[in-house]
Amino acid sequence: MKPRRSTKAMFAGIAVIAAGCASVSDQEASQKALQLMKASFSERGQAKLDRLDQDEAQKLCSKPPSHELSKETSARIEKANLDSIRYPADGKFIGDWKSGERIAQSGQGMQFNDDPKRPSGANCYACHQLSKAEISYGTIGPSLYNFGKLRGTSEAIQRYTYGKVYNSQAFTACSNMPRFGHNHILTEQQMKDVTALLLDPDSPVNK
Amino acid sequence: MKQPSADALALAAGALIALAPAASSFSQSAVDEIAKYRQQLQDGNPAELWEARGEALWKTKRGPRNASMESCDLGKGPGVVKGAYAELPRYFSDADRVMDLETRLVHCMTTQQGFTFAEATRRPFGAGSNRSDFEALAAWITSESKGVTMNVALSHPKEREAYQLGEKMFYFRGGPHDFACATCHGETGKRIRLQDLPNLTEKAGAQLAYTTWPAYRVSQGELRTFQWRLNDCYRQQRFPDLKFTSDASIALTAFLARNANGAAFNAPAIKR
Repeated sequence: MKPRRSTKAMFAGIAVIAAGCASVSDQEASQKALQLMKASFSERGQAKLDRLDQDEAQKLCSKPPSHELSKETSARIEKANLDSIRYPADGKFIGDWKSGERIAQSGQGMQFNDDPKRPSGANCYACHQLSKAEISYGTIGPSLYNFGKLRGTSEAIQRYTYGKVYNSQAFTACSNMPRFGHNHILTEQQMKDVTALLLDPDSPVNK
Repeated sequence: MKQPSADALALAAGALIALAPAASSFSQSAVDEIAKYRQQLQDGNPAELWEARGEALWKTKRGPRNASMESCDLGKGPGVVKGAYAELPRYFSDADRVMDLETRLVHCMTTQQGFTFAEATRRPFGAGSNRSDFEALAAWITSESKGVTMNVALSHPKEREAYQLGEKMFYFRGGPHDFACATCHGETGKRIRLQDLPNLTEKAGAQLAYTTWPAYRVSQGELRTFQWRLNDCYRQQRFPDLKFTSDASIALTAFLARNANGAAFNAPAIKR
C-alpha cells in the first residue's frame, strides 16, 4: 500500500506541475499576442489603441470553445456586469418603438471611419429576427419576434429587457451580444426606444 | 440587438433581395435567388484585368534600381510563381521572419527594386483610379496557384509561433462591442443579415473561405486581397486600423491559411 500511495502522490505532483506549465505557457502566449497586436494596429479616427485593453469579461471570454468556463467564473462575470447596470433615474424603461426600429436597423457607429458626432445604431437585425416585415435578418442571436407578446410587459420584464440591452453579460457570461449601455454605444433614451421595440404591444415585433 | 459589424453587408444583402421575388417572410426562394445571383457572377470575373496588370508589373523594371520582380523568391526559389501562394505564409531565412504574400512583395520591392518601405506601401488598397500594385500583383500571383492544394507548413519554430498567436487573435475579444473574429466565424450555419458566415474553426469553413481570397468584390468594383479582408473585418469589429503587413496580420493569416490545408486553392474569386 505504502509504495503505491507514494507513486500516486508522485503522479499527482507531476500532473500539477504539467498543468501549471501548460497554463503559464498559454498565458504567455496571450500576453505575447497582446503585445503583437499593440504593435500591429494604429490609431485611426475614434478607434484608439486602448480598444485592445481588455476588461475581465473580455479576457475570460477570449478562449476557444474547448476551454469551458467554470460555473463560478460565469457567475462572477454575470454578477460584476449586473452590478454595473445603471437603470434610468426616472424609472421609465419604455421609449418610442419607431425610433427603436431605426436604431435596430442601423449598423453605424464606432468604426474608425464613422463620424463620432452621429449617434450609433444597435444593428439588432444583423443578428436577430425582430419584425415580420424585415426579412433581411441574421441568425447569430435567437429570433426576437413576438418578444413582448410571449413575455408580457410587467415592470419586471421591462427592467430585465432594458438590463439585457444595457449589459447582456449580466445574464449570460460571454454572450456574443455587445453591452450597449455598459460600453456607451447607445444612450439611455436609445435603450428605452429599443426596449419599446421589443415590448410595446404596438411594435411590429409583437404583431 | 447585436453585432453591428455588418452595415455594408446588410446594404449588399438588401441589393440582392431586390432581385428576389417579393416575399412576405424570409423564404427558401430568397436563398435560391441569391444562389442564382452568385452563380451568374461566375460567368466572367473582372479579376482578369488585375491579373494582367499584375503580371506586367512583375516583369517591368521599376524603382531606383530599375529592376523587375522576376528574381523575387516567393518561397519556391527566385522567380517561381507557380504554386507559391498555396504555401504562404512561410518562414524566410533571408528576412528571419514569417511572411505572407504582400509582406514578401514589399520585401522584394525594397531589397531588389530599391524602394523605401514607405514608398512601397503607399497604397495597400486601391480606390477607383488610385490603383494598388499589391492588388494587381496578388491577383496574378494567386491565379498561378489555382487548383494547387493548400500546403502551409508549420516546420519552423517561427511558423508555429505565428500560428499560435494567430489563434489567440482569432478568439481575442475587445473594443466597445466585445467582438472577436470568433463572434461571427465560430459557429456553423449562421449569417449576418442574409450573408452566410463561414465557420473558420472548422475545416470545411476555413477551406472554403481562405481558398476564395483574393476576390473581385462586385459591390466595390475592386479586387481585394487577404490583407484587405482582415483589415476590413477589424474595422467592423471596431478595432483600430490593422497595419498593412504587420506581424499580427501575418500571424492571423498563418492561422487561417494553415487551417485550409488540403483544399484546392480557387482564387481570385468573385464575390458580391
